[in-house]
Formats: sequence, structure tokens, C-alpha cells
Amino acid sequence: MASKGVRVLVGTRKGAFILSSDEKREKWDVSGPHFAGWEIYHAKGSPVNPDRLYVSQSSGWFGQQIQRSDDGGKNWEAVDNKFVYDGVPGTHQWYDGTPHPWEFKRVWHLEPSLSEADTVYAGIEDAAMFRSTDGGRSWAELSGLRKHGSGPRWQPGAGGMCLHTIVIDPSNPKRMFIAISAAGAFRTDDGGETWTAINQGLHSQYIPDPTAEVGHCVHRIAMHPSRPGVLFMQKHWDVMRSDNAGDRWNEVSGNLPTDFGFVIDVHAHEPETIYVVPIKSDSEHFPPDGKLRVYRSRSGGNEWEALTSGLPQSDCYVNVLRDAMAVDSCDDCGIYFGTTGGQVYASANSGDHWAPIVRDLPAVLSVEVQTLR
Amino acid sequence: MIRVVLPAHLRTLGRTGGDVELDIKGPITIRAVLDELEARYPALQGTLRDHVTLKRRPFVRFFACGEDLSHDSVDAPLPGEVVSGKEPFLIVGAIAGG
Repeated sequence: MASKGVRVLVGTRKGAFILSSDEKREKWDVSGPHFAGWEIYHAKGSPVNPDRLYVSQSSGWFGQQIQRSDDGGKNWEAVDNKFVYDGVPGTHQWYDGTPHPWEFKRVWHLEPSLSEADTVYAGIEDAAMFRSTDGGRSWAELSGLRKHGSGPRWQPGAGGMCLHTIVIDPSNPKRMFIAISAAGAFRTDDGGETWTAINQGLHSQYIPDPTAEVGHCVHRIAMHPSRPGVLFMQKHWDVMRSDNAGDRWNEVSGNLPTDFGFVIDVHAHEPETIYVVPIKSDSEHFPPDGKLRVYRSRSGGNEWEALTSGLPQSDCYVNVLRDAMAVDSCDDCGIYFGTTGGQVYASANSGDHWAPIVRDLPAVLSVEVQTLR
Repeated sequence: MIRVVLPAHLRTLGRTGGDVELDIKGPITIRAVLDELEARYPALQGTLRDHVTLKRRPFVRFFACGEDLSHDSVDAPLPGEVVSGKEPFLIVGAIAGG
């Protein structure tokens, strides 16, 4: 049984780590590396049973594994790793615009159901969504997404053509939002059978038609559970907001030093307080001016303040990847993010002050937090 | 008894407890070794060859008796020294750094 406090699940290039603390979040126990030497794209716990953890473990040599724990990460079981597309998957666009066959490469994101501990969704590269209803012992594609009709026009971003974001509406489990680089955002209202592209209002100057239905490099979508119709998006460039479940997006980049970045998240108790980490691009992908700054908006966007206390403000050239920010739901909301330099920073006061939990992990790919009560 | 030497990561993943000895009925081929290995250690399914096509993963190599067997037919008989257990069948992760 999980003890009270917080548990931070960290995926890195060379293994998984579990960081545990009480609600004060001052002293931390570090467990790991689990699955040493393997890339851990994502690890996440079930909201229904916090001791049920799912981990995506992969390797260029030996492919994909899915690990599952039923005791909060003390013991693990390799479950099914067979992700087979439904039917003949056809082609998507390659970087040069030519057709390229759909091929499974890895699982980027695992999203446990909000109501069933044995149900978990997987977002994979090449982009598709899978579901398991038996705790990861078997997987089946929700192929309505890939068969949306726009699939042949999807194309990979620099990291591959990945489905990296899955957001479940807590008020309606049949409604989910996903994001694909570089296709855009999609919504289902029937549990994944059919999907609608929700990219109106996005503007991407790097595609032939900047306002096309698909082709946008969406980096991350976040939602506050109390307001599932309000979505926040960090796009390749632009921070966006939708107040109608993605039907229309408006830019809220405001006074950010750059509107490029990967992560975006929402405060646990303040639905209009959001966080991003601006990153310089093209191709540099490190913080502007060598200063690692989290930006917070308390107005749902447009007006942003830099949060710098405890973060390096000179000579810092790390990146913060798209799945590497999370929030806890302690009374004083904790914010967490991991860097490609191996630091995991935590703030126990909504971002006002930061301190590293660990400084020297392998490059961090993902950060998730469980608030244990 | 066929002796199979696995990469360290697969010994851990499969919880094999070290190198593996397989008792295989019928012709001793690469396919027969992999079939038996995956049956005994299901966690290794998909790590050496694709689930569907059964094609060897690109960074996996098969060696025995000082020879690279990676590109041989998976249905070709393995060398007599492997069949007799004198020499192991080596499954090797390609040198690829990182």
C-alpha cells in the first residue's frame, strides 16, 4: 500500500528512477535505476490504484517492452509488447514529402484510465493509439485514429512521427484528446472509435498551407480536470488555448521570450495558472540566454512571469522534453520538471522557488507525479 | 542440449539466471532455437525478431563456432558442435555505442 506523500516517476535515456518524499517535499529517497541501460520514454501510475505503474522500456537493440508493477515499483513484470497495426497500415509522409510505410518503433506515452486500473492507453511511433483492458497483457489498436483519412498527410517531427500526448476527459471517459508530431491534435467523443482533427486556429509557417487541417507539430496539451473543455497547448511555435474542447484555438504566447518549447502544464488548484519552459529554436533547443526559466501565467496565458529562484541563470544549455513536466495535488501545489542534463527540479510552492531533487541522472525523457494519500 | 549465450540485458529481462540450456526435439536450426527460447522465456518475444514477420532485429547477430550465422537461413542446420553442446550458440547485440 502506498504511503502518504508524493512519488515522482522519472524516465531517462538509461533507466527509470522513482523519487519519493512526504508532503513537505524536502527530503527525497531515490530508487533506481530500474531497467538500467534501457530508454524509458514514459512511466505513469494508475489514478485508480496508485501502486499499479506502467513503464515503456525500449532499446535500439531489443525493441519495445512494457513493464508493470503492482506494488509501487518494488517488483516488475514484463507484459505484452506486441503492438501490431490493425490491417495494412499504408503510408504517411516522410521528411521529404514522399510516402513512407507505417512502422512500429516505440511507445512514447502510457495513459492509465481514470476509472479502470487494468485499462491503459499507449501512444506510439509511428503514430497510432493502442488500448489494453487487461493491465497490459494484450494490446489492440484504436485504428479509427490512423484511419481518420488524413493519415497519408501526417509527417514526422525531429523525434519521429509520434503520438506523445493522451488526455482523458474526467467528466466523460469517452472523450479523449491526443496529439501527434507532426499531424496535430485530435479528439474522440466515442471512446476512440472515431476522431476529429481539432487544429482550427493553429498557424504553422513550416508547412505549405499554414492553416491546414493537419500537419501541425503540436508538442503538448494540458487540461485542468475541473474544466475539461479548456485546453492549453505548447506547439512547435506558439502557446495556444482553446475554450471549446479544441474546436478553436487562440494564441496566448503574450510576453514569453520565445514561444517555442515542449512542456505545458496546469496548476492543480488554479485552472487559470499554467506553466511553460521557453526554449530557443530552430535546432538550438536550449533556454534563451543560458537561463533556465519556468514561465507562469495566472491568467490562462498572455501575461507571463519568469520563475527563476533556485534555477541556473547562467551557462545553462539543457532542454526540457515534452513529457518532462508534472504537478502534484498537495495543498501547496508542487511543480516538477526534468532536463536533458539529468536534473529533476521541484517546487513545493507553485513555482516560486525551485530546488533539484537529483542533479546527475541520465537525460530525462519524462516526469510524472503521484500524490499519495 | 543446446547452450545459448544471451546479451546481459536479455538475461535480466528474461530472468534466465545466466546462460540457457535448451532441449530441442527435431532439427536444430536457428528458428528452432528461437522458438524454444521464446517459449521458455516469453519476455524475450519480440526482442530478437519481429513478432509478425519473424525477421531478425537489425542490431541482433547470431554467432557460433567462430562464424557469423546472422544471414544464414533460419532453417539451415546449426553446426554439429552446437548440436552436441560442445560450442554455444551466441546471440549478440551489435556494437553500436550510445
